[in-house]
Amino acid sequence: MEYEIKPAHRLSLDIKELWDFRELFFFFTWRDIKIKYKQTFLGALWAILQPLMMMLVFTFFFNHALNVPSENMPYPIFVFSGLMLWNVFSSGITNAGNSMVTNANIIKKIYFPRLIIPVSAILSSLVDYAMTFFILIGLLLYYRTHFHFSNLLIGLPISLIITLFTTFGLGSFLAALNVKYRDFRYVIPFFVQFLLFLTPVIYPVSILPAGWIRETLQLLNPLSGAIDTFRAAFSDNGIDFILAGKSFIVSLLLSALGVTYFRKTEYYFADLA
Amino acid sequence: MKPILEIKNLSKKFQIAHELSPYLTFQDQLINMLRFRSTKSREEFWALKDINFTIQPGESVGIIGKNGAGKSTLLKILSRITPPSSGKIISRGRIASLLEVGTGFHPELTGRENIFLNGSILGMKRFEIRNKFDAIVEFSGVEKFLDTPLKHYSSGMQLRLAFAVAAFLEPEILIIDEVLAVGDAEFQRKCMGKMDEVSKSGRTVLFVSHNMNAVTSLCSKCIHLKNGHVVDIGETDSVINQYLKGDAYKTNEKSWLAPNKPAGDSTVRLEYARLVNSHLELIEFASIDQKIGIEFRFQLLSNNTEVVPNIHIFTNKGECAFVSSAPQPTSPLSNGLYTAVMWIPPHLLNQGVYSCGLAVSTMSPVIVHFYETDAIIFEVIEDINKRNSKYKQHIPGVLRPTLDWDFQPTNFHS
Repeated sequence: MEYEIKPAHRLSLDIKELWDFRELFFFFTWRDIKIKYKQTFLGALWAILQPLMMMLVFTFFFNHALNVPSENMPYPIFVFSGLMLWNVFSSGITNAGNSMVTNANIIKKIYFPRLIIPVSAILSSLVDYAMTFFILIGLLLYYRTHFHFSNLLIGLPISLIITLFTTFGLGSFLAALNVKYRDFRYVIPFFVQFLLFLTPVIYPVSILPAGWIRETLQLLNPLSGAIDTFRAAFSDNGIDFILAGKSFIVSLLLSALGVTYFRKTEYYFADLA
Repeated sequence: MKPILEIKNLSKKFQIAHELSPYLTFQDQLINMLRFRSTKSREEFWALKDINFTIQPGESVGIIGKNGAGKSTLLKILSRITPPSSGKIISRGRIASLLEVGTGFHPELTGRENIFLNGSILGMKRFEIRNKFDAIVEFSGVEKFLDTPLKHYSSGMQLRLAFAVAAFLEPEILIIDEVLAVGDAEFQRKCMGKMDEVSKSGRTVLFVSHNMNAVTSLCSKCIHLKNGHVVDIGETDSVINQYLKGDAYKTNEKSWLAPNKPAGDSTVRLEYARLVNSHLELIEFASIDQKIGIEFRFQLLSNNTEVVPNIHIFTNKGECAFVSSAPQPTSPLSNGLYTAVMWIPPHLLNQGVYSCGLAVSTMSPVIVHFYETDAIIFEVIEDINKRNSKYKQHIPGVLRPTLDWDFQPTNFHS
């Protein structure tokens, strides 16, 4: 084993090194999951309660009060399926964005590929995601919705992958920015709230006027495509593979952007953190 | 054999402004942009400059130097926490650092969970941790609390657990920085033993410490860093001797008369201090069988005060050896210039390096008019040939008093 320690200049993903440290992904994720609900009375039940309560609030205000349509499925199922992916994104981006700062004490003392930290922060939100399926199943049984199993089988992984890539791209980008400019600590929550309204979680994309606004929004916000792809399992519309493909490419581009910026700045994290 | 570490022309530059504002806000950046002022116009500071040395496999190397000499920066570069500005290091083994043990410990996790987390962060594989788990727990001595969250541990227990995990890392190169400074005496002994074992098992150890005894007992080779340069490298004993004798290290006289470094308040002003022999002549160092004096001169600025000069003597490990003060004046003092000398009798201090803190205080109510640490730093040396004993090795201890002994055959009376 021979290696060189040199001034920072190279820019590569260095998959091999990440693979060498693969156990650390597990341990950081495991730690984040473990401590998430420590010293709470309800514990992991919060993972279910939060989206459940959000669903109830949204159903009351947007469906009952404002009559927002829901693409031929019960509105609770409509909004909940959207929230499932949205929560992966919002908690992922929040945790990842703050992850480098919260782990500064480790970064300043031990070397490992820094990318592990935001990635683990995102992965830990997947446990919450998995738990929300209990509610989804409950809702499907309650409303006796018939769902398209094949659409689910294809749509679920595609939608999750698009969501994760998007979260990863923006999350690692924000994490790196947050190390240098702590302003982003305040920007992130605002940014997440703002994006909720630009994402068809509580409303269907069809209520937007057809034309360039809808098209641009669907193209630039890959979560829109991800959520639509997932919902195809509960509606009769079927999966829009062209939209899914576009969203996937955009999410990949976001990831590339995030990783590039992260890798470019990570050498100086220890000096700045 | 190829060296396990080759350090070539290594330099590290810091920008001093980073130290002043720990992080930039976006606003700062924007304002600077609007003013067309570059944020990069900062003063440069070279923490390390053209460092070169090589280390052979199995060597134990001590790194010594004053605070700010660049020791920690060097270790940070070696452990890849921060990149060098220029130059390079070729390493032929896994480097693990104990820059700070317990990194990544989480207070909410139990001892058991923290062993796994910490071990993994330090670079151990999961199966390695599982194999060594029992040994780690035994070494740490916290078996009973393994399933208690770490936040309920005492700081000593946390430290022991942390050191135990780190002690079972098996890197080819181990970097240790000042970890011995903490923990109780018994645990420190355990740690020294472990490090000795590590270095004897053929692994390479880099040991940074201010504790010269520890460096001497652990390291065969030593590097002396000063202001980011390597000033001396070689056999531990000779490097340490040079280091301790170095004029930068010792101060046998010091003046506070320069306007930029006054010491004192409106009542007392410290002017000058020096190390003297019994004839009040300035001396470079003290011999163990010689009476020496710490003399200092101060200006009393107000009338009718009852100030008392006092001196704290510290060992080079920072322990206070003793404190002594002049007798309380019987009547109030009038203003003017005063000189105080504290006489240290021969055969009181053991050989070694000592530092003096000078103070002048009013005793009731207690007011410390000044307290200057490291005002005088001197070495007590011993000519072994003059020692009245056949034992010619180092004798430990801060003090070396000659005491009365009764020593005779025992008479049994029935």
